[in-house]
Amino acid sequence: MNQSLIQLQGIVKKFPGVLANDHVDLDICSGEIHAILGENGSGKSTLMSILAGLYRPDDGNILVNGVEQKFRSPKDAIDCGIGMIHQHFKLVEPFTVAENITLGEKQTSFILASKKLNDRIIELGIKYGLEINPDAKIWQLSVGEKQRVEIVRMLYRGSKVLVLDEPTAVLTPQEAAELFENLRKMAMAGCAVVLITHKLNEVEAVADRVTVLRQGKVAGVLEKHQINAQEMVRLMVGRSVVMQYARSSSSVGKVVLELNKVKALNDMGLPCLREMSLRVREGEVLGLAGVSGNGQREMAEIIAGLRLIQSGEVLLNGQSISNLSPRAIIDLGVAYVPEDRLGMGLVPDLNTLDNLILKNYHRPEYSGRWLLKPRAVQQNADTLVKQYQVKLASLLQPVKLMSGGNLQKLLLAREISSSPKLMVIVYPARGLDIGATEAVHKLLLELKQQKTAILLISEDLDEIFKLADRVGVVFNGQLTGEFPVEQADLEEVGLLMTGSRTARERINDNEPAHS
Amino acid sequence: MNRLTVKLEKRLTPSPVMAFIIPFISVILALLLGAIFLSLTGQKPLDVYATMFGETLGSKYGLTETMVKAIPLMLTSLGVSLAFKMQLWNIGAEGQLYMGAFGASWLPLTFPTLPIYLMLPGMILLGMAAGGLWALLTALPRAIWKVNEIITSLMLNYVAILWVDYLVYGPWKDPKGSNFPLSAPFPDAARLPGLGNSRIHAGLIFAVLLAIILAVVFKYSRWGYSIKVIGSSERAASYAGMNIKRNIFWVMFISGAISGLAGMAEVSGIIGKLQHGLSPGYGYTAIIVAWLSKLNPLTIIIVSVLFGALQVGGYSVQLMGVPAAVATMLQGAILFFVLGGDILTNYRVILASRKGEEVRH
Repeated sequence: MNQSLIQLQGIVKKFPGVLANDHVDLDICSGEIHAILGENGSGKSTLMSILAGLYRPDDGNILVNGVEQKFRSPKDAIDCGIGMIHQHFKLVEPFTVAENITLGEKQTSFILASKKLNDRIIELGIKYGLEINPDAKIWQLSVGEKQRVEIVRMLYRGSKVLVLDEPTAVLTPQEAAELFENLRKMAMAGCAVVLITHKLNEVEAVADRVTVLRQGKVAGVLEKHQINAQEMVRLMVGRSVVMQYARSSSSVGKVVLELNKVKALNDMGLPCLREMSLRVREGEVLGLAGVSGNGQREMAEIIAGLRLIQSGEVLLNGQSISNLSPRAIIDLGVAYVPEDRLGMGLVPDLNTLDNLILKNYHRPEYSGRWLLKPRAVQQNADTLVKQYQVKLASLLQPVKLMSGGNLQKLLLAREISSSPKLMVIVYPARGLDIGATEAVHKLLLELKQQKTAILLISEDLDEIFKLADRVGVVFNGQLTGEFPVEQADLEEVGLLMTGSRTARERINDNEPAHS
Repeated sequence: MNRLTVKLEKRLTPSPVMAFIIPFISVILALLLGAIFLSLTGQKPLDVYATMFGETLGSKYGLTETMVKAIPLMLTSLGVSLAFKMQLWNIGAEGQLYMGAFGASWLPLTFPTLPIYLMLPGMILLGMAAGGLWALLTALPRAIWKVNEIITSLMLNYVAILWVDYLVYGPWKDPKGSNFPLSAPFPDAARLPGLGNSRIHAGLIFAVLLAIILAVVFKYSRWGYSIKVIGSSERAASYAGMNIKRNIFWVMFISGAISGLAGMAEVSGIIGKLQHGLSPGYGYTAIIVAWLSKLNPLTIIIVSVLFGALQVGGYSVQLMGVPAAVATMLQGAILFFVLGGDILTNYRVILASRKGEEVRH
């Protein structure tokens, strides 16, 4: 446990305008699960990319088993036993598990999937609890299983150090728990596991040691007995942060948004919503939990008028808005903060002035019959930027240069300032740091106080439980469960997200329970 | 270890200094490259350049011809720049110019006795309508079925050129024209008045006015704003409730109409009839001009004059035994260096020895 497997000493990496890593030291021992904790932009991804041979450091040394190494490419890192598992899997969908595992190997035999290889994969699977069928095709696997393939691939190549980048981002709570159990087994077998994350509960649950990064520097290293959420947040953010919002029960009014048995197709022409029904009331947050790809994005687009429905109806304040144009729906008071902030919600190459009038440039406040009113546009931007505390170098700079948190604030500033009746917001805090997440959440709660109905779509259950008044679960284009937040149970919501049906429902359906 | 490495580092904002000086450096580098080429063919580059610029800029005739060539370049470049602003790659200015010439010619050839106050406005309208409708043939499939506009607009150029050829070799051929592929000459009422007594015609006024209008549209208008948004991100535009299809129609129609006006100005202001090969490829050069001008309408006016001069200079050196294609070569070289130079506006070059100091430029 005390033997250093990998040592990073004084790593420096510069990017234009940023010092991503500023003399970072990191010590990884065999047999430990070492968490690297930090907000976005704290330099953890850069550091890991250096460790995986993707970037070369501007300064500093990498020692593997005490010997200095220079990684010129990811291959050098792999040869030193460092295996990186990226957030986005690098697997070839139509190939089998075994083929993917040997992909890129120099000494593969002519006939790829040999018996020996299959046996080895099964053996590794049994040893670490990563059972996987070597002959299954990747596209047949669930997200959790694909992750297993990535891990087995690294183990097969003899990796002694496994680096996982935000591995639970795409997993349900159950899958995450299983993953952690397996990581524990690997650590016991002498591997080192490096877990990159910004989720505190994961660190608490599984890490033996945590290195906290802040603004490219090591803010602190905590041993197992020192790990606690408050301390980690303090190191990460540099101040303490409210962990739970005061839940003010605002008076819930009439139904604002109603979906009745809506059916629709996704971009590939396959059904993405199957008879989806839900209601959101004035002054209420409906939090929709679900693994992404279950129709949430499409549903948001339907409400905003960007996608047509096949059947069913969408009502706003009792009036049908099914298949109306986006502009008509905007004019009826629907605000929409899409998952894709830069590229849909905001135009990357345009400046803040232009982006803040994106939806109302044609209104008499901002333009006459032909020409825009530059003074009104400028005033609007000045006011909103100040009111919502958006940090920017200049109103004239393209917004693509802004940080994720500031982009989200800018987008919310525009949407909230239209005094919407309904706000549809998708993954509001994805990719945001703790400070920005807090600011965004507060804005949403303020909006709720102003009687706006809010449909919050998120994968982050913590976020949903913090903000929502009611929790709904979407799976496969349907609402599979709905609870008032006080009665919602994290475990049950997690199960529903994977499509498992609860005992309660089976009884309701009068269906015999299998197994 | 003292090995120097060259690194490119992205600038946070494009350098305004570089954006300003690079076009000048590009022209100089292009001339140097041309000089190498000329000396390889046994010419004296300095003499050739002296003749080129002496003829074009040093004589009234040269200056006039430069402007005559620059006017259709200005108009077609303005036309394509409008479409390019919305990331609609209209490569069809050449065909739209030909169709504009056809539309404009129809009126004097069919009703040769119309008075000038009906004839000229009528020709302008018909020329622009023909160019605009021709561009709609590209816009419709693009808007409805997402058919790539580069291919269709390019292909339609050949159709338009051959259509005009058909007319001047066939039904519209002047019976008194000793079998040349020309239409009958237009009546005087169908001729755009010249400026003073020169061959520079009123098309120049159209071009300058249009440049000013487009500059205002791009910068200050509501429509220009939506073009900018659609050009930057179609997804954001539909999210904001903009009607993308309608904008594709209008932008392509007006873009084609402006090139159509170029065709009208050529037949009415210069040639005085419809004829085979009435454009030496203005519609293609326009793409280069629009690009070099970074789609800025006022810059387009200046760059068009430069390219007009290059073309006239190319003709003038033919007497020295230098092919006129030298001008085309220089055009290409300028574009090459400007595009290459763009990297210096967006990136910073860093020379670094392996462990030593970094030298920034």
